[in-house]
Amino acid sequence: MRVHEHTFDAIVVGAGGSGLMAAVYLARQGDVRTAVLSKLYPTRSHTGTAQGGIGAALGNMGEEDHWEWHMFDTVKGSDYLGDQDAIEVMCRESPEVVYELEHMGLPFSRNEEGRIAQRRFGGHTSNYGEAPVRRACYAADRTGHMILQTLYQQSIKNDVQFFDEYQVVDLLIEGGACRGAVALNIATGELHVFRCKALVLATGGYGQVWEITSNAVTLTGDGMFLVARRGVPLEDMEFYQFHPTGIRGMGILITEGVRGEGGILRNHEGERFMERYAPNLKDLASRDVVSRAIYKEIRAGRGIDGKRFVHLDATQLGAEVIETKLPEIADFCRTYLGIDPVTEPIPVQPTAHYAMGGIPTNVNGAVVGMHGEPIRGLYAIGECACVSVHGANRLGTNSLVDLVVFGRRAGLAMADYCRHADLESAGDDPAGPAREELERLWSTAGSDGENAAEIRREMKQVMMDNVSVFRTEELLQEGLAKIAALRERADRIAIDDRSQGFNLDLTDAWETKGMLELAHIMTFCALNRTESRGAHSREDYPDRDDENWLKHTLAVPRDGSIEIGYKPVSITRFEPKERVY
Amino acid sequence: MRVTFKVYRYQPEVREDPYYDSFSFDAEPTDRVLDGLNHIKWHLDGTLALRRSCQHGICGSDALRINGVNRLACKVLIRDVGSKITVEPLMGCEVIKDLVVDMDPFFGHYRAVLPYFMNEEAPPDRERIQSVEEREAFDDTTKCILCAACTTSCPSRWANPGFLGPAAIVQAHRFIFDSRDRGAADRLSILGERSGVWRCRTIYNCTRACPKEIQITKAIGEVKRRIVDDRS
Ligand SMILES: Cc1cc2nc3c(=O)[nH]c(=O)nc-3n(C[C@H](O)[C@H](O)[C@H](O)COP(=O)(O)OP(=O)(O)OC[C@H]3O[C@@H](n4cnc5c(N)ncnc54)[C@H](O)[C@@H]3O)c2cc1C
Ligand code: SF4
Ligand code: FES
Repeated sequence: MRVHEHTFDAIVVGAGGSGLMAAVYLARQGDVRTAVLSKLYPTRSHTGTAQGGIGAALGNMGEEDHWEWHMFDTVKGSDYLGDQDAIEVMCRESPEVVYELEHMGLPFSRNEEGRIAQRRFGGHTSNYGEAPVRRACYAADRTGHMILQTLYQQSIKNDVQFFDEYQVVDLLIEGGACRGAVALNIATGELHVFRCKALVLATGGYGQVWEITSNAVTLTGDGMFLVARRGVPLEDMEFYQFHPTGIRGMGILITEGVRGEGGILRNHEGERFMERYAPNLKDLASRDVVSRAIYKEIRAGRGIDGKRFVHLDATQLGAEVIETKLPEIADFCRTYLGIDPVTEPIPVQPTAHYAMGGIPTNVNGAVVGMHGEPIRGLYAIGECACVSVHGANRLGTNSLVDLVVFGRRAGLAMADYCRHADLESAGDDPAGPAREELERLWSTAGSDGENAAEIRREMKQVMMDNVSVFRTEELLQEGLAKIAALRERADRIAIDDRSQGFNLDLTDAWETKGMLELAHIMTFCALNRTESRGAHSREDYPDRDDENWLKHTLAVPRDGSIEIGYKPVSITRFEPKERVY
Repeated sequence: MRVTFKVYRYQPEVREDPYYDSFSFDAEPTDRVLDGLNHIKWHLDGTLALRRSCQHGICGSDALRINGVNRLACKVLIRDVGSKITVEPLMGCEVIKDLVVDMDPFFGHYRAVLPYFMNEEAPPDRERIQSVEEREAFDDTTKCILCAACTTSCPSRWANPGFLGPAAIVQAHRFIFDSRDRGAADRLSILGERSGVWRCRTIYNCTRACPKEIQITKAIGEVKRRIVDDRS
């Protein structure tokens, strides 16, 4: 197997919204040699699917708004687990970065004055929880597409160097520092060692762990898996968001913007059931609350025809609003369901959507280890990172903010770091472990063994049944045992494809193994946290327990099991209170 | 229902010539063609190579020729194409393996039209003002996901691989008609060259192929008119 070598100052792994924002900032410096590695062609990244909006307290719609209100909503949405110092940074800087995106040419939808149009979104309120406020800046229901396109365009303008369809398969982390990465050039099957001073992971989420998900088949959590197996802990992995409205059976997302524009959830009896669960914000309560309400309705037999879904009724919005503000949603309904949302309700069920947890970082994206120690030269941003601004539950529109605010900060911090740091040695054969791992998988080609796709299917089922919206000790113990069995079977995976170039059979198998490790960590953490908070809902421990659990979990694989540590939550402005919507 | 997929195969490391493979299995009429291809890859023949990611028509990875027509495999349902489904790579592109083609020339042409916002005037503290109508003027062409379905269905492009092609023109249109942008003259001069808009013979294949239903031929027409107007 041939190995190529490259040296840069900075490496960005991942070309979604967060990675490209960092790359643009690095490239603009002029003196930091930067490369972006991405397993997908950049514009294929999942940021492009984000629909509803990016949150910023611009107050463009004739309503007062302030970043402090945005901060309060985010803290409350996080069920008080979000770090308030970081949330403050995000909400303060979001208006500025949204304007910056506009200056980069992002075609936001406009209001009558020609300013950026804004709409309502779940959990976003005025005056500390009083009433819904229009804070989500949007470009129809293609906000993520426009962010991704705009940042890619800016990357071209700034001459960013790309290595497209390069999949990072190992990180060179040793002695408390990151010295680079090893990547598979998918087209040739050859390995490339990228040595660098600073590396940022921007590899996105891992919704593929579940059966019903809004996430792309390629969102397999590679970055998280890669750091964890090099001994860097993952933070708050028990917190994973199920979005209330995925298309029944498929999981394709129907943006909260539909409810923001006035759409209503109804059960079999036609009842607007959210009035019972969240009398104030109703359908616009935060996502964990709405997803649980849907599960409860289904359990009580009030799903549509007694089945596992409810209706999202957008018929009262009228054709004009649907065609101009929600055209993609209308298209999904027509294409995949054969229904017209202007006249018929949309069948929906909660869908695995967003990882609140991830690689622990400070507000500059720098990764910190188990005991708060920095990992020199290693950064993480976007969905794979945990700053933590989303705590136990993310508010809609806050991921896109997170991407650009912390993408920019990490880009600047890395540039600064590169100017002072030296290139550290990466050893004699840095590609060795990755080469061995892949050659072992290659060598199974054509032999008898387990089918990776079948293992993946079973894992997705286990996670759906045992580690989703409602959890109990019994379910989680069972889940843990089943995941253990799957991990064992995964050692006997045999692939079909012997070839070097475009061997997606090989990368699929590799990703499946990585996801099983993440599933293991996540289930372990869910079992460990004996309280209910945000998206983590333990039926055997139904209450939030601030006395024992107002803290972040850190988890790292150690000798076949998981070592757990904790770290305190930053509380600056808002003392924890009971959370009602 | 029983479906039969006839799939174009090219495995250069194993065999020199391309060939077709057939796979028959049960599928739901509401399954996507991509679900069928995934089924083949995951359960029948792991050597099948294709690009895919989002699975709902947003990322632009899986534009393919399905029963002879360019479509996104994830945006067409089996019931819409029937039980006999032929899947082939995009035309006019070099095939790398099976359904995977070399996209470099396509993206090269995309880059050639300066596909980024240009305006060196100092921006205001807040957003640049743009009216709803001004924004509407280029709304359609902002939808492009760079899937290449249009460009690879264009007979003019098959005949002249140097032709920038509809997708690149769509991308240029998005900026030329953006009231905030100042780079129109540069782009129009590129599009006015021999490899530019005049290669378009209004055959409409591109418009029919576009999974985002962009009125491509209309957009190309608007660019042509702009070039003519600017010259006179
Ligand atoms: C359907 C949908 C709608 C959403 N709507 C909204 C919304 O309206 N508002 C909001 O705030 N948030 C929304 N979100 C959430 C938000 O879009 C995502 O959290 C965010 O886009 C993630 O961006 P990212 O930069 O972290 O990663 P991604 O955009 O997912 O990109 C990941 C990148 O990493 C690369 N990569 C991964 N692994 C490797 C590897 N091993 N080697 C090399 N490269 C690798 C990929 O190629 C890709 O370029 C939505 C999410 C979904 C799924
Ligand atoms: S214009 Fe349409 S067909 Fe052409 S690349 Fe863009 S989305 Fe694809
Ligand atoms: S897989 Fe993304 S467009 Fe089809």
